[in-house]
Amino acid sequence: MPEIKVTPLGAGQDVGRSCILVSIGGKNIMLDCGMHMGYNDDRRFPDFSYITQNGRLTDFLDCLIISHFHLDHCGALPYMSEMVGYDGPIYMTHPTKAICPILLEDFRKITVDKKGETNFFTSQMIKDCMKKVIPLNLHQTVQVDDELEIKAYYAGHVLGAAMVHIKVGSESVVYTGDYNMTPDRHLGAAWIDKCRPDILISESTYATTIRDSKRCRERDFLKKVHESIERGGKVLIPVFALGRAQELCILLETFWERMNLKAPIYFSTGLTEKANHYYKLFITWTNQKIRKTFVQRNMFEFKHIKAFDRSYADNPGPMVVFATPGMLHAGQSLQIFKKWAGNEKNMVIMPGYCVQGTIGHKILNGQRKLEMEGRATLDVKLQVEYMSFSAHADAKGIMQLIRMAEPRNMVLVHGEAVKMEFLKGKIEQEFSIDCYMPANGETVTVTTNPSVPVDISLNLLKREMALGGPLPDPKKPRTMHGTLIMKENSLKLVSSEQALKELGLNEHQLRFTCRVQLQDPHSDPDTLHRIYTHLKSVLKGYTIQHLPDGTVMVESIVIKVSSSAEDPNTKVLLLSWSYQVKLSSFLMILSSPGISPV
Amino acid sequence: MKLYCLSGHPTLPCNVLKFKSTTIMLDCGLDTTSVLNFLPLPLVHSSRLSKLPGWVSKDGTVNLEKELKECAGRVFVDSQPEFCLPERELLDLSTIDVILISNYHCMMALPYITEHTGFTGTVYATEPTLQIGRLLMEELVNFMERVPKAQSATCWKNKEIQRMLPGPLKDAVDVWTWKRSYSMQEVNSALSKVQLVGYSQKVELFGAVQISPLSSGYSLGSSNWIIQSHHEKVSYVSGSSLLTTHPQPMDQSSLKNSDVLILTGLTQMPTANPDGMLGEFCSNLAMTIRAGGNVLVPCYSSGVIYDLLECLYQFIESASLGTTPFYFISPVANSSLEFSQIFAEWLCHNKQTKVYLPEPPFPHAELIQTNKLKHYPSIHGDFSSEFRQPCVVFTGHPSLRFGDVVHFMELWGKSSLNTIIFTEPDFSYLDALAPYQPLAMKCVYCPIDTRLNFHQVSKLLKEVQPLHVVCPEQYTQPPLTQAHRSDLMLELQPPPMPYRRCSVLNLPFRRRYERVYILPELANSLVPSEIKPGISVATVSAVLHSKDNKHTLQSVPKPPPVPPSKKRKRVIEEPPVVLAPKPLLSGAVPLEAFLATLQKHGITEVKVEETADGHILHLQAEDTLIQLEEDGTHIVCDNNEPLRKGV
Repeated sequence: MPEIKVTPLGAGQDVGRSCILVSIGGKNIMLDCGMHMGYNDDRRFPDFSYITQNGRLTDFLDCLIISHFHLDHCGALPYMSEMVGYDGPIYMTHPTKAICPILLEDFRKITVDKKGETNFFTSQMIKDCMKKVIPLNLHQTVQVDDELEIKAYYAGHVLGAAMVHIKVGSESVVYTGDYNMTPDRHLGAAWIDKCRPDILISESTYATTIRDSKRCRERDFLKKVHESIERGGKVLIPVFALGRAQELCILLETFWERMNLKAPIYFSTGLTEKANHYYKLFITWTNQKIRKTFVQRNMFEFKHIKAFDRSYADNPGPMVVFATPGMLHAGQSLQIFKKWAGNEKNMVIMPGYCVQGTIGHKILNGQRKLEMEGRATLDVKLQVEYMSFSAHADAKGIMQLIRMAEPRNMVLVHGEAVKMEFLKGKIEQEFSIDCYMPANGETVTVTTNPSVPVDISLNLLKREMALGGPLPDPKKPRTMHGTLIMKENSLKLVSSEQALKELGLNEHQLRFTCRVQLQDPHSDPDTLHRIYTHLKSVLKGYTIQHLPDGTVMVESIVIKVSSSAEDPNTKVLLLSWSYQVKLSSFLMILSSPGISPV
Repeated sequence: MKLYCLSGHPTLPCNVLKFKSTTIMLDCGLDTTSVLNFLPLPLVHSSRLSKLPGWVSKDGTVNLEKELKECAGRVFVDSQPEFCLPERELLDLSTIDVILISNYHCMMALPYITEHTGFTGTVYATEPTLQIGRLLMEELVNFMERVPKAQSATCWKNKEIQRMLPGPLKDAVDVWTWKRSYSMQEVNSALSKVQLVGYSQKVELFGAVQISPLSSGYSLGSSNWIIQSHHEKVSYVSGSSLLTTHPQPMDQSSLKNSDVLILTGLTQMPTANPDGMLGEFCSNLAMTIRAGGNVLVPCYSSGVIYDLLECLYQFIESASLGTTPFYFISPVANSSLEFSQIFAEWLCHNKQTKVYLPEPPFPHAELIQTNKLKHYPSIHGDFSSEFRQPCVVFTGHPSLRFGDVVHFMELWGKSSLNTIIFTEPDFSYLDALAPYQPLAMKCVYCPIDTRLNFHQVSKLLKEVQPLHVVCPEQYTQPPLTQAHRSDLMLELQPPPMPYRRCSVLNLPFRRRYERVYILPELANSLVPSEIKPGISVATVSAVLHSKDNKHTLQSVPKPPPVPPSKKRKRVIEEPPVVLAPKPLLSGAVPLEAFLATLQKHGITEVKVEETADGHILHLQAEDTLIQLEEDGTHIVCDNNEPLRKGV
C-alpha cells in the first residue's frame, strides 16, 4: 500500500520555525523553512540533520515551497539553501518573492549588526538563495517533474500568502501555510476547491478561538485608541511592517478622516513607504473592493500617517505609533515600549499573536515587572490591550476549510498542543476523519488507497454503456468483462476478443457434454421436438432454435437426442455447452421434470 | 470531432469545437473592418462632412442621398458604424458550453454571443484579458454613445440596391447581419460570465475534457489553449509572439504532441519587421516635431502603445524632445496606464524584476510623473485648456471612423506640416484615410504586428509536430498582392486543412481509448499472469460506474452468482490464462500437468489415446471422455455435476 509521510521539523505542536517534510509517491517535499522568534540559539532554525547527517540536502528533496513571507515561514531559507546546502527548486508567489528578501535582510541586520552574532547568513547568501526561487502564480499547475505537480491557492493572511496542493499520481496533500477565512480591509478570504486531498495540513493558531465579528473588533479597537488619545495618552501598536500594519492603517486613516482628528499617527521604519508600494503593485492580491477602485483612489496612499523619527517618542501630547517588530522582542517597538511603559495614560495594543519568550507574550499574560538586560527591571504601568487582528483562521474557519477541501486525513501544525487537542477532537467528531498532531521530528504515516487509472478501449466502454441503458440501476448492477493487458508501463483494458487478437493467442475452447437418460417412447425427432416446444414455453426470452440437423440450440447450448442401443425407449440426451455458459445446470433442472411426465 | 468556423477573419477568429460531449467556442473576434464603409463620427459638427454630396445612381433611378455620401470618388454610409458579427446561423449558439478567450482583441464580439442567443455557459479568460478587454469595450461603447446618430441607414442593404452601388460597398457580404455597437449594460452582463484562469491552470469541463491556457507572448494575459482528454489533445494557437516585448514569453513546449493544432492570428504584416517599424516611427515623429508639426498616432488604448511609450521614453532625451508634450486621449487612458502596472505575474522577466524592487514595471509611470505624458478622457474639458502645439497625440480609434482621432484629422489634416503615423495593422491606411481626402497632412505607415510570421510559425510547427494543422484558408496561399511570395504561406506535410467563414470541418481523429479507474479493492483481486516477457494479462469482471463522465470499475458486489468455474482456477495452474467469472482461455493444456492434477483429485484410472490433434483421456471409473486438442478441450460425461466441477 502506498504511504504518505508527514514530519514536522518545526511548527509541530508549536508556533514558529515552520518546516514540514512530506513524502508522497516517492517524492520528498519541504513545506516552509522558518525561524523561531522565541529562541536565539540553534533552536532558532529547524533541525535539518533529521534529513541527512552529512552534506547537502539537494539529493534528498525534490522541492521546497514557501507559503508566505513571514519569517517564521521563510527565516531559515538562506541558512538552509546556502549554509546547509540546497540547489533544488524553491517555489513561492511573486509578492513573497519580492518581499521575503527584504525581511530576511532586516532579520540578518538585527542579528549580526545589532547583536553581533557571527556565523550567520550574509546579504550575498540571501541574494544567491533568491536566485533559486521560481515564482508561482495562483491556480497555475506547476509541473516540478514528470510526476510531481503543485498548485497554489489564495490564502488571505498576508500579501502573497498561498496554500499549496501537492499531487503525485492520484495521491495529494494540501498545506495551508497561514490562512484567513474572513476577508479583511485589505485582503480577501482563503479559498480552495473540492480537491479531496489525502491529507490536509492546516495551521491551528486559533484552534480554540471563535472570534466575534470583525466589525465589533474594529469598533473596539478604534474606541480604545480614541479614548486614549482623548485623555492625552500615547498609543503604541507593535506590528510587522507588512500585513496587519496596512489593514490597521486603512482603518485609522478612515477613522481620522471621519472624526476629523488631529493627533499625529506615525509609522516607524523606512520600510513603510516601500511596503505600501508593494501593495500598490500587487493590487491584484488584495481584496475585491480595493482592486475595483484602485484607479480612482489607491487605498495605500495615506494622508494622515507620517514617517516616524526616534525623537518623536519624547514629544508631548497624544500620538499613535505603529512600530516594528510585532512581538516587542527587539527593535524600535521595544525601545518605544520601554520609554512609555511607566505612564498609565499610555497604552500598548497588541494586534497579533506573540510567541512564547517574547516581551509581548509576557505582558499579555499579565506580567507587570519585566527583567531587562543587565538586571534592570521595568515596571509596566501602561494599559495593555490585546486585539486579535492577526489574520489566522479561527476554529470556525478551519472547519470551513475542511468542508471546502474534503480531506481524508487531517494534520494540525502551527499551534499549541493543548489547543490542538481540543480541535482534533472536534474534527474527528464532526467529520469522522483521522486527525493527527505530530510533535517536531515525529512522523505521521497515512496509507492511501489510490485507484488505478487504466485505458479502456472505447469500443468496450461504449458497448457496456449502451447495454447498461441510459440510467444506472443500483439494484441490478451489470457485470462487465474485459481483459487487462499490462505491457511496459501501460495498462489497457480491452474486450477479451481484442486481447486475444492483440496478443496473437488462440482461444481455448472448453466444451462439456453431458448425457442425460430419460424414458420416452417417442421417436428421436419427436422427442427432440417435444423438448423444443417445452423449452420454448418455459424459457421465455431466450433464443431457442430447432435446427434441421436434428439439434436444438438454446443460445449456444446444443441438445441432441439419440436412442440407447439396448432400449429404444431410453433416450440419451446429449447436452453440450461451452465453458462460458452458466445456464446449463439450470437448464437441466428445467428440462428434466418437463419431460419426465410425458 | 467537428470544427465550425464562424469568422473568416484570420486574426479575429471565432470557431466552435465539438470535442467529446462538449461544445467549446474558441475566441469571439469582432470584424471591425466593416466600419470603413461608414462616414466618420465627428465629435464636433464638421461642415466638411455635412456638405458631402449624397449618392444618386448614374441613371438617376436610385436615390439614396440621405443614406450614402460621396467623398473623393468613394461612397460611404452615413449612419452609426456597424460591425460584421460572427456567423450565428451555422449552429445553435445556445448549445455552447464554454467560450475560451485568447486575448483582449479577440473578445470584442462577446456581448453579441452571450446576450440574446440563450447562451448559458461560462467564459474563460485570464485576468489581464478580462480587465483590458473590458476597457476596450467600454471605450468602444463610449465612442459610439457620445455622438448618437438618430438615423440608421438600411435602404442601401437591399440586395437589388447594393448590387448597383460602387465598390467596395457593392462587395460587402452579409450586410444584413451587420450590427451596431452593444450597450454598456450588455458588456457588463457578458463580462459577468467570465471565469478567471491563470496560465497552466487545468480546468475540467464536465469531467470529459481539460482545458488549460498557455502564455502566448503577444499581449498582457494573452493565451493559447490546450484542450485535451486523456488520449486526445487539441492545441488552439491564436495571436502569439516570439518577440521580447512586455508580456511573458510564449510557452511553446506545452504545444507538443497535439493531434490537431488550430492555427490562427499570424501577423497581418508578414513583410514588415516590427523593430524596423519602431525605428521608422521614432524618426518620423522626431522629424515632424522638429519642423514644427504635430504627430497623430491612431491606436488602441492598450497593447503596442505600452511599447511605443517605452521606446519613446528612451528616445525623447536622445532626440531632444524633452519639452514636447505627449498626449494620450481616451475615455480609458488612465485606467489602461494604471492597469498595465499591476499585472506583474503576466509580464516578462525584466519587468517582473523591476516590480520586486519595488518600481513600476513600465516607464510610462515616470513619463507621467515628470509631466511629459498627459492623459485625458477626451478632447473636451481639461485638455482643451492645457493643449499645446506642436505635440504628439495618441488616440483612437485606429479605423479613423469614431473616437477623438476624428477631431484631430479634421483639425490637422489640412496642413502638410503634420503627420499621421499608423502603427496598428488591423486597417488598411488608405481605406482609413479615404473619407478625409483630399488630405495635405503627411501619412506614414509603420504597422507594428508582433504576431508570428510564416518563418517563425513553420519553425514552431517543426518543433511541436502536430499530427494535423487547421488554419484559415488565407494562410494556405500567398497574399493576393504578392502572389509570387511562396514564402508567405504555410507549406506543411500533410497539408494544413483550410477553413473559411461557415466551413464545418470533420477533424481527422480516431478516439480509441478512454480513462477508467479501477478501485483498489478490485485492483487487489486481479490475478495477472505473464504470458510473454513483459506482458501480463488479467481478466477483469467488474461493475462499471459512470458519473460526470468519469468511469470507475468496482468489484462485483456480493453475493454474485458463484461462477461454476471458480474451482478450476485453483486446480489447474495451466492453461496460462485462468479466468474468473467470464472465462477466457487460450493456449493448449499440457498433458502431463493435467494428468498430475487429476491424480491429485483422486482420479487415477486414466487411459490416454493419441490422436492427430492431441489426446483423448478416458476416465474409466467415471465413464468420462476428455478430448484435449490444440485449441479446445471437450469433456463428455454423464450427468455428474461434482465431477465436472472437479475437472
